[in-house]
Amino acid sequence: MNHAADLPVWAALLASFLVLLGASLTLVGAIGLVRLKTFYDRLHAPSLGATWGAAGILLGSILFFSVLQSRPVLHEVLIAVFLTVTTPVTLMLLGRAALYRDRSENAVDLPPPLRTDGETRSGDSI
Amino acid sequence: MSATILSWSLLVALVLLGAAMVIAAVRMLRGPRAQDRIMAFDAFYVNAMLLLLVFGMRTGSTLYFEAALVIALLGFIATLALAKFLMRGEIIE
Amino acid sequence: MSRLLPYPLLAVSLLAMWLLLNGLSLGHLVLGSVIGVAASNVTAALQPPRSRIRRWHLIPKLVAIVLVDVWRSNVAVARLILFPGQHRRVSGFVIVPLELREPAALAILACILTCTPGTAWVEYDSTANKLLIHVFDLVDEAHWIDLITNRYERLLLEILA
Repeated sequence: MNHAADLPVWAALLASFLVLLGASLTLVGAIGLVRLKTFYDRLHAPSLGATWGAAGILLGSILFFSVLQSRPVLHEVLIAVFLTVTTPVTLMLLGRAALYRDRSENAVDLPPPLRTDGETRSGDSI
Repeated sequence: MSATILSWSLLVALVLLGAAMVIAAVRMLRGPRAQDRIMAFDAFYVNAMLLLLVFGMRTGSTLYFEAALVIALLGFIATLALAKFLMRGEIIE
Repeated sequence: MSRLLPYPLLAVSLLAMWLLLNGLSLGHLVLGSVIGVAASNVTAALQPPRSRIRRWHLIPKLVAIVLVDVWRSNVAVARLILFPGQHRRVSGFVIVPLELREPAALAILACILTCTPGTAWVEYDSTANKLLIHVFDLVDEAHWIDLITNRYERLLLEILA
């Protein structure tokens, strides 16, 4: 950690706070993944780590490298954009897949299908 | 001073993220259904990517950033293919 | 202009990505611009649906609202996960009738709803224009429908027409 010796204390404190905040939110999300009972409840847990959990660590990293190299280091923004675009896609697809599988097995406590005319085509839905 | 603060807090963050990875792995092994395992895998690779970023801060090298970007790209495509497979049993329609 | 740059927003974001990855210099600025223009021309062959942004000035407002909401719902869900015994939590599905039909706006709404830990987008039907979401802490169904239509959908309808 010798490279961080010339970092001002305020930057070190702020970066530590952001990184610890992000890491603990990610851990809470992972705990939720194990603790919650049903699949649809667990669908909410990973987005904790992917939104402010990741944002905390990425902001901390931006601050750390920008102050350290005394120029704006912004390439972490790419990961942030990528995560906000991809996490919804994954979770939406998983939610739909789970609903599709549960419906084909006639599981209980499922919502009624949105289309009532009998035909269940899912190719045109987002 | 700032080196000590950072080295300790980054170490704690590494431990927290490592614990998150272990917990996600537990869900991945326990299942019970395929969608649970895929979701746990998704959380697992995101945690691994964040772990690499913190590791990069600890070593002061931006090289880990590239590795994190590659993990994010490949992990997304892997989970997407797996989730698509659950839907129809075929990856390419 | 429009033949050289069929998708200006795409070209600009590709340039920004190139500069973020490689660092800002004159050479990379030229190379990134060439790649942005070329790649957006290649994309034109796929003919993606074109959407017009009507009110640029409302975008920061939407971003701010979403950031605050995501933070608040992060805290709420984290508290419910860590201390499950505080109140009896009931989760459930809610069907939301939508007014929005623009594909890009629907995609943004999907990102907002899924990124917020309290709500998850499960299914959307384009003929009925109805949306099925799963809510983590379902107290009142009407409250969630009201939140989505009045807080996000109306802004999206104004931004993208």
